Amino acid sequence: MSTNNGKPKVGVYVCHCGTNIAHTVDVEQVRDWAAQALGAEGVVIARDYKFMCSSPGQELIEKDIKELGLERVVVAACSPHLHEMTFRNASKRAGLNPYLTELASIREQVSWVHTDKGLATEKAKAVVAGAVERVVKNEPLDEIKVPIHPATLVVGGGITGIQAALEIANAGYKVYLVEREPSIGGHMAQFDKTFPTLDCAACILTPRMFETGMHPNIELLTWSEVTQVAGYVGNFTVTIKKKPRYLKEELCTGCRICVEKCPKKVIDHVYEAGIGYRKAIYTSSAQAVPKFPVIDTANCNFFQKGTCKVCEKSCPTNAIDYEQKEQFLKVDVGNIILATGYDLFDARRVSNYGYGRLANVFTSIEFERMCNAAGPTSGKIVLRDGQTTPKTVGIIHCVGSRDRNYNNYCSSICCMQSLKFAHLVKERTGATVYDFYIDMRTPMKSYDEFYQRVLEEGTLFVRGKVAQVSDAARNAQEEGKLIIQVEDTLVGKQRRIPVDMVILSTGMQPRHDAKEVGKLFGIGCSSDGWFTEKHAKLDPVATMTEGVLIAGTAAGPKDIPASVAQGSAAAARVLNLIMRHEVTLEPIKAIIKQWQCSGCRICNGLCPFNAISFRAERRVSEINPALCQGCGTCVAACPAGAISGSGFSNDQILAQIDGLLMDVNPVSA
Amino acid sequence: MSEHFEPVIIGFTCNWCSYRAADLAGTARLKYAPNVRLVRLMCSGRLDPTFVMKALSDGADGVLITGCHPGECHYVEQNYKTLRRYLLLRRLLQGMGIAPERVKLVWASAAEGAKLANEINSFVEEVRALGPLGWPQKLAGNVKEVEVAA
Ligand SMILES: Cc1cc2nc3c(=O)[nH]c(=O)nc-3n(C[C@H](O)[C@H](O)[C@H](O)COP(=O)(O)OP(=O)(O)OC[C@H]3O[C@@H](n4cnc5c(N)ncnc54)[C@H](O)[C@@H]3O)c2cc1C
Repeated sequence: MSTNNGKPKVGVYVCHCGTNIAHTVDVEQVRDWAAQALGAEGVVIARDYKFMCSSPGQELIEKDIKELGLERVVVAACSPHLHEMTFRNASKRAGLNPYLTELASIREQVSWVHTDKGLATEKAKAVVAGAVERVVKNEPLDEIKVPIHPATLVVGGGITGIQAALEIANAGYKVYLVEREPSIGGHMAQFDKTFPTLDCAACILTPRMFETGMHPNIELLTWSEVTQVAGYVGNFTVTIKKKPRYLKEELCTGCRICVEKCPKKVIDHVYEAGIGYRKAIYTSSAQAVPKFPVIDTANCNFFQKGTCKVCEKSCPTNAIDYEQKEQFLKVDVGNIILATGYDLFDARRVSNYGYGRLANVFTSIEFERMCNAAGPTSGKIVLRDGQTTPKTVGIIHCVGSRDRNYNNYCSSICCMQSLKFAHLVKERTGATVYDFYIDMRTPMKSYDEFYQRVLEEGTLFVRGKVAQVSDAARNAQEEGKLIIQVEDTLVGKQRRIPVDMVILSTGMQPRHDAKEVGKLFGIGCSSDGWFTEKHAKLDPVATMTEGVLIAGTAAGPKDIPASVAQGSAAAARVLNLIMRHEVTLEPIKAIIKQWQCSGCRICNGLCPFNAISFRAERRVSEINPALCQGCGTCVAACPAGAISGSGFSNDQILAQIDGLLMDVNPVSA
Repeated sequence: MSEHFEPVIIGFTCNWCSYRAADLAGTARLKYAPNVRLVRLMCSGRLDPTFVMKALSDGADGVLITGCHPGECHYVEQNYKTLRRYLLLRRLLQGMGIAPERVKLVWASAAEGAKLANEINSFVEEVRALGPLGWPQKLAGNVKEVEVAA
């Protein structure tokens, strides 16, 4: 079949990428060089084209495969992470095994990072030579098809996770929704009004929470956490730890008599943001889904002192069970959606704003709870004493965000959240409101209109980053007040503004355990700490690990509409896979050539996926292809050279090195 | 050693982190020295020490090995195995009379395009300072002396 110097026939296609490549690399020169210098290596045709990835570009390759009988293809263009699939598919359409096509990255690795055209062109030649030498050693591979389990795991029951779970469940498929808190709803369940429309958070969220709790296709696992994830796309086995609630869910009616009777009151740092109380047996709110309370053993009289049992005595259905133990369940799912949300920035870190030291400095989440009609102050906006209505209020933007000392990023919701607060203070107290901003960011639908509205309502806007909040009065007017020291950058003057109450618009930050959670599910975090998407623009809900998707604020700061949209997007991705019934995996796997294996077992301990086992009866090791993830560590370690890595074989890599160094090593070329 | 010595370096990258860092450096249009030519592996754990020897014997003056930060390996922990092999490899090189500084291990996450670009630039300078290795010429018997390890 191969008539070309004993080597398979290779076609080389050099892309201009408009001017992206051609601007720094002499594309024609690379083309001509490949045709001549690499002729002995198997190259029978070399072409260039403006956009290889365009339809005519791909057709060029397909035509050559058919007419010239090409057996290998090298496309010198962008990164394989962008278009490897495109060109493999082109080859496939023309009847060539897709794995006989290689991409040489001369855009990301050459034209975009170098400036000297001569040097860039030389490097491009080396990269092309490497790809040609390598592709000659490529072997045809068969795609691996695996079935997709139709159930889905959603982690995190905030608005994002709720949305994703409902989308999938409504399409008729099973969802396990795991939430670590006793009830679902996430941050949104704490709010009173939501910008920009000011609809009440509970009015729009509670129906969704109920629907989730009642849905026949959703198995709600609250007060639970995932502890182990095994398997791969389509076929995950997940271990979930159900923490003990100390009551039997099947008996509990959710009447809350136990909560009422419980004599122990504790500060609620989670749902009430530290400004309200709950009992030692509690649900986050009266509308909590599920309705079952949970005993906080660290504060329960019975668990701490051995006496009390008021909840047990008062329960009309005998649901309390002090002996309950944590349970572990194993579930099989095909896909996983992570919607674990965000943590709030800890305002104590900005010590010059006095939070935690100056009583009447509040955080945004404290203020949300204060505004909430069902919250600790029944919706009254008052000072820390619980009764005095403030006459002047200062709202400070960007606390912990857009600040090199804390987080560099913009939390994206704080401008709107501050405007919402300004409106609520005005509406409910008539107080004078000062709003301190660096830049006003209101880009989404109806957001700037909301800003205009708050401007018209008479909020006083001061452009400048607040330097300090203090209680050190310099004159009678400042006495007993909080003084906000700021440079008003529009006037060009330092100002001291005395107020009764300060609200810090604290931003979002990644979950404190995002790294560990990411590791558990095999995905990474950006340098800021948010889960990393497969592609920031074109694939924002996928991750590098197939079958694991991310949505909502777990992937970065977002408002509710954007979080919900991502919840739906992730669900659509999952449904897409479920409905295809099977998924194609890259056939990049390690294989042990049994006749070469000496049975030394060095490889056995190297595999973190337990894919390698020792066959005692035959005294050889064996790899389970379903478990092998294709890292190749065992291939590199085998002293007998008995393990080969398909797609990344020693032959391929050594040949690529030869090609890359062809210009400096005429000896071996 | 010539004043204008331009070292040639082979860089091994991990598909999940450093190769993507190289992509990112490109997308961000960061500029770095054109002396490094990259090979993509699925994981730095795939790096067979033979690859390094092959690169040096084929005429490379240095080899850059890159992988995910410890604790961030896409395959859980394989980069630790890379680290072990790297340390052994350096001793082996020393024994062969090759400066171990010609091989360098660098961690770079997919988000660290700038870090990778900087590491490439400084490694190019480090290898430039060591001068040409010229292994193929030595093998061909043209050069008699062997480099003395630092
Ligand atoms: C003060 C404030 C006011 C805001 N006001 C508005 C507004 O008016 N309008 C608007 O559009 N947006 C507003 N936002 C933004 C809004 O809060 C978010 O967009 C939205 O709540 C994000 O939802 P989520 O589901 O992604 O995250 P979250 O609400 O954080 O939910 C994540 C859930 O996952 C759970 N979880 C976390 N880790 C795990 C784990 N490992 N295992 C199991 N479960 C886990 C959590 O317990 C939580 O229930 C505001 C934000 C703040 C801070």
